[in-house]
Amino acid sequence: MFYREAGDFKTSYQQDSQTFPIRFDRYRYYVVLAVAFGVVPFLINDYWANAILVPFLIYAIAAIGLNILTGYCGQVSLGTGGFMAVGAYACYKLMTAFPEVSMFIHVILAGGITAAVGVLFGLPSLRIKGFYLAVATLAAQFFLVWLLNRVPWFYNYSASGQISAPEREVFGIMITGANAPSWAVYLFCLIFLSLAGILARNLTRGTMGRRWMAIRDMDIAAEIIGVNPLTAKLTAFAVSSFFVGISGALFFSVYLGAVEVGEAFGIQKSFLVLFMVIIGGLGSIFGAFAGAAFLVVLPVALKLVGVDVLGWATDIVAHLQLVIVGGLIITFLVLEPHGLAQLWRVAKEKLRLWPFPY
Amino acid sequence: MKTRLTALALGALMAAGPAAADLVFPSLSYRTGPYAAGGIPFADGYADYFTLLNERDGGIGGEKIDVPECETAYNTEKGVECYESTKDLGSLVYQPLSTGITYQLIPKVTADGIPMLTSGLGRTSAKNGAMFPWVFNFPANYWDGASVAIKHILDEEGGDLKGKKVALVYHNSAYGKEPIRTLEELSKKHGYDLTLLPVDHPGQEQKSQWLQIRREKPDYVIMYGWGVMNQVAVQEAVNIRFPMDHFIGIWWSGSENDVLPAGEGADGYKALTFHNLGDNYPLYDDLKSYVYDKGLSAGAGDQHGTAIYDRGMYGAMLVAEAAKTAQKIHGTSKITPAMMRDGMEALEMTEEKMTALGLPNFGPEFKVSCENHGGNGFAAIGQWDAKAHEWKLITDYMQSDQDVVQPLIEADSMAFGKENNITPGCK
Repeated sequence: MFYREAGDFKTSYQQDSQTFPIRFDRYRYYVVLAVAFGVVPFLINDYWANAILVPFLIYAIAAIGLNILTGYCGQVSLGTGGFMAVGAYACYKLMTAFPEVSMFIHVILAGGITAAVGVLFGLPSLRIKGFYLAVATLAAQFFLVWLLNRVPWFYNYSASGQISAPEREVFGIMITGANAPSWAVYLFCLIFLSLAGILARNLTRGTMGRRWMAIRDMDIAAEIIGVNPLTAKLTAFAVSSFFVGISGALFFSVYLGAVEVGEAFGIQKSFLVLFMVIIGGLGSIFGAFAGAAFLVVLPVALKLVGVDVLGWATDIVAHLQLVIVGGLIITFLVLEPHGLAQLWRVAKEKLRLWPFPY
Repeated sequence: MKTRLTALALGALMAAGPAAADLVFPSLSYRTGPYAAGGIPFADGYADYFTLLNERDGGIGGEKIDVPECETAYNTEKGVECYESTKDLGSLVYQPLSTGITYQLIPKVTADGIPMLTSGLGRTSAKNGAMFPWVFNFPANYWDGASVAIKHILDEEGGDLKGKKVALVYHNSAYGKEPIRTLEELSKKHGYDLTLLPVDHPGQEQKSQWLQIRREKPDYVIMYGWGVMNQVAVQEAVNIRFPMDHFIGIWWSGSENDVLPAGEGADGYKALTFHNLGDNYPLYDDLKSYVYDKGLSAGAGDQHGTAIYDRGMYGAMLVAEAAKTAQKIHGTSKITPAMMRDGMEALEMTEEKMTALGLPNFGPEFKVSCENHGGNGFAAIGQWDAKAHEWKLITDYMQSDQDVVQPLIEADSMAFGKENNITPGCK
């Protein structure tokens, strides 16, 4: 009934290879975009923006970034927190050095700087693989956090070592700082997420994505058929770090407003984003969205149900949260190793035939 | 999945919305995570004092008090969620008990017009009320603490620190880095050498730092630690046989939880405090009959009379007194956050007031004004008696070196104002 392909004829290659070939899917996508851009900004309040939607949007960008590297190119990375920190600090330095430049440009430049750093730390991937690469990126994580904590130039010599986002505007509308309206912050992040999603989707189904996947599936075979592992791996690191850097810049400048590198971008952040990618589904752009939504919304929902509805003690709910999230992760990995994205795919297949399965 | 969860969350939010009471004092507590050893007693003390006011006096000025609690786990992201979920309940004042969350909330409370009290923590230069109208940090701050610690060392050494070595073991975060500049300025003045030893979150790994202390043999160690870091540091100091009476912690490193694990070895360890300790006060009789005996204690009820519990209670007492002041100024018992701010800025703590509250000789006298949101910076040194299991004050309250601290506050708050385009001003 849903996802019916009957009568949905494609008359050109372009139509045939579009992102959402099924008509229903395409309309659903347009509706989601229309609601996100046209309806939510009018309804949003501070709580929804700061507690749920903005962190979801930002983590989704980070998850897309990591998914490109780990899901598409097969390079396990535990350095996401460190790369996010690079994006945040780059954004901070740019914001304070060039106050008159638009935040859009700062965030993109911060992504670019992170991409350069990512390529640098991606170099070992040419020689080492698998677990060993995970350890090398782990070193990047600790080194970057240490460096940003150690060298006062990065935090403009502030006494506390904290970086705080000054107020900045885009087209006359406040985007950073506490006076920024929540709809503007939300839209700012949404624009970045939409662009990141479209860009990532098109990169991954083009030449570059096919090269990454070839490397992921078997690097020697890929090399024999003419994929250059150097460029494939390094472009994956660059593109991935670019997205992760953008998410770090947004995380600092529009979401938290003040961060401390060890606390905000520690190893936990790397694991959190990795969990998002794994739960959402490796090698799927939709999976990045689903995983981020899952891990951002679930703790908040559990807290609201436990503390506000059931009236339990806050510490019991906090502990239960750890148990439930941990349990769900294990359940997911056992029952559906390919994550939420695979569940979605299966559901789609079922819906195609429904209500008349074979 | 997502839409169902968000629908659930929306429903929960609506159910939680109308629960607002008359005077709301949210408690952003942390009863989980590596800092729970400090977070639990503070949250208990904070809640118990308000329970007492509700039970004994029927609230403040006839208005019942509501203390919604929200778990932050000392994590800034959860702190933001907690702040956003409680700010629309009519919250009068925030006391986040976390320097990281404080930094985050300073611009937010300023934009939303809700006062914040960070006694003995947070951004030190918030003392300059002309630049930080919504933030208060009376009665003492981190830089006062560093200065009083050096003063005590000066007293011990007969007034001369030339050539002495002082090491600072600090939590490698905004909190731990706060005293560095003050200690550097003081080292120029008094001529001691300063060694900086950062400890990374959460602070369980300190072997290398204490090896370095063992090698370099500093004459004194000052510690700015919190949570599990304190216990580890005290134990490590015992392990290398560092003389415990030359080891001075800031007030956040001076609770029973920090020294008990090290047992007898911790005897003689010193820590600063900006209020008295113990439970030997008339207020505790009231707490016992109105709160503890009725089974209304917050948490597990096993923290009564400990150092950080006292501090939580003291924090609650300060904001309750500020609320009373605000009610008097504005002639209404239903105060708004803006009125609360006026009350905090006009707060005056005197010995008579404290005695009337059942806390004679408990805390310093001070008077808040727009120029001074931070009190007078008095602190004393307490010493741990491992046999008696109690902290004993071994010095009088000493004022920090205002000649050093005040210019630093001036400079840092001006830098903040410049960065954020604030024109300072007192109404």
